[in-house]
Amino acid sequence: MKSLPITIDSVRKAYGSYVALDDVSLDIRAGEFLTLLGPSGSGKTTLLMALAGFVRPDAGKLLMGDRNITRLAPNKREIGIVFQNYALFPHMNVLANVEYPLALRRIPKAEARQRALDTLARVKLEDLSERSVAALSGGQRQRVALARAIVFEPRVMLMDEPLSALDKNLRETMQYEIRRLHDDLGITTIYVTHDQREALTMSDRIAVMNSGRIQQIDAPQRIYDRPSTRFVAEFMGEANIVAPGLVRRIDGAEGQREILMIRAESLHLDASLVGRDGVALDGTLRAKAFRGDNWLLTLALHGGQEILVCIPAALAGGCAELATGQWVTVYAPAGKVHAISGAMA
Amino acid sequence: MLEAYPDNRLARVLLWGFSALVMAFLILPTLVVVPLSFSASDLLEFPPRAYSLRWYENFFGSATWMAALRTSLILGTLTAAVAVPLALLSCISMNRLGGKAAATIQGVLLTPSIVPGILLAIGLFFVLAAQGLVGTLFGVLVGHVVLAIPVACIVLLPALARFDWNQVQAARSLGANWARAIGGIIVPQLQISLLSATLMAFLTSLDESVISIFVASGRNSTLPKLMFLSLRDQIDPTIAAISTLWTAIVVAVILIVTLRQKS
Repeated sequence: MKSLPITIDSVRKAYGSYVALDDVSLDIRAGEFLTLLGPSGSGKTTLLMALAGFVRPDAGKLLMGDRNITRLAPNKREIGIVFQNYALFPHMNVLANVEYPLALRRIPKAEARQRALDTLARVKLEDLSERSVAALSGGQRQRVALARAIVFEPRVMLMDEPLSALDKNLRETMQYEIRRLHDDLGITTIYVTHDQREALTMSDRIAVMNSGRIQQIDAPQRIYDRPSTRFVAEFMGEANIVAPGLVRRIDGAEGQREILMIRAESLHLDASLVGRDGVALDGTLRAKAFRGDNWLLTLALHGGQEILVCIPAALAGGCAELATGQWVTVYAPAGKVHAISGAMA
Repeated sequence: MLEAYPDNRLARVLLWGFSALVMAFLILPTLVVVPLSFSASDLLEFPPRAYSLRWYENFFGSATWMAALRTSLILGTLTAAVAVPLALLSCISMNRLGGKAAATIQGVLLTPSIVPGILLAIGLFFVLAAQGLVGTLFGVLVGHVVLAIPVACIVLLPALARFDWNQVQAARSLGANWARAIGGIIVPQLQISLLSATLMAFLTSLDESVISIFVASGRNSTLPKLMFLSLRDQIDPTIAAISTLWTAIVVAVILIVTLRQKS
């Protein structure tokens, strides 16, 4: 199956005075798994719906391959969509749901049936083909929705928070399966989620969105370790944003002059875990909490700013003995101290 | 409802008694007509002194009554056939549009059910007269469709509000154009509401008399119009026979539909 690249060129969409998409441009490679990640209201779903054809941009262009689809009707785009609530047809059984796009394309009955059954086998649902949709569990419905979206061999697939209704364990299984399906089919996939971990686990690249703009687009590890803005830093995990004056080099050399981001889990109590070129921060312990696989410490730095320190339980030898009010020094390796642009709040 | 008062016997008895009275008040006036229709007398008298089927024979034997019955049934069917699809499409657009625009359109669409029938009939008469359509079946049909659209909308709007619109988007993304998405996804799932809407539209037309009196004429007279005219000219139990048949048909239709929905 030949998949297609997508070009989003200066797309803008406003609802009255509310700007949902503010000049968004984005190139998605053929066969790529790209995630649009952002809080609710960031514009990620609007962008997805514009690609699907249900939202008409006020300005800008959408290309699939080199075809301009900006004003093409949704039914002519040949894009498979998986909706948040699955949107299965309750008046049809599982097989009929999957056959539906083939019936619309006037594919002969026998061939359509075979293709639908093959696709159901791909999502491990071949035994449930005669079931009514209402008799399925959430995870099974999700699989039917997937099968229905790929059975007509679309060139591009859009997924709108497809796993948000599932419980945690099932969500992790489905993340793996969706990614495997993507790798098997090689289909260009745009995936919308507000779950950072899901985005990091599944994506080739992540586009972090906020207030209708793309904040950063990068590979998962770079998004996490090298955020380009304070928003991305804080959205992706427990990030400490500190002024350079509050951080000292362990070896006494002159430190950086920019605002720094240090993730909570990059900080250690044990200086030996950090190289000589690492940094140290001093503060009083305000609070500590045991969270199962880690300890979360809250430190007040000089001047009152609080930072979070996350110590894995396996390395937390001294955590249980720490008392609030105690003076504590924490250390971070040089590689985990990242300078970001933007003013201190 | 009545299970809400399991302990208080007096309250239960009073509630049952009151409910029975309300129901009797609603039903008895309709039922009084039934014995009248089987009367052997030339006059409307209650209770009848002797019984016969002569008024039913009179009705079925009269070419005028039969023509009116035919007109009414054709008109009811056509009204439902035109009004329900129009109402469905307008309800879909109101549902999608939302906000003030939808509220305004809804207000306009529902006016025929609020405005006094006589005003509507007079207005329609002048509009149709200008087009030379007074006295035609088409003219009456227009009037009945105008009346039936709000009735159908009242049934369809809440059904559409409960409908999961993502299904239509899913169908569109899978390759369905508008017509196929509506026909293949919305209509089958709204079957019961569409059936009720059709029935209500049919009965609205069947029951309508004011517009028919103004606009219909001659061989296009509907049954209610003819009933009014015959009441004015001569009172005989044929009217009671027609009313009884009418009630029986309506009850039968509603019963069949309700039972089908349950099974």
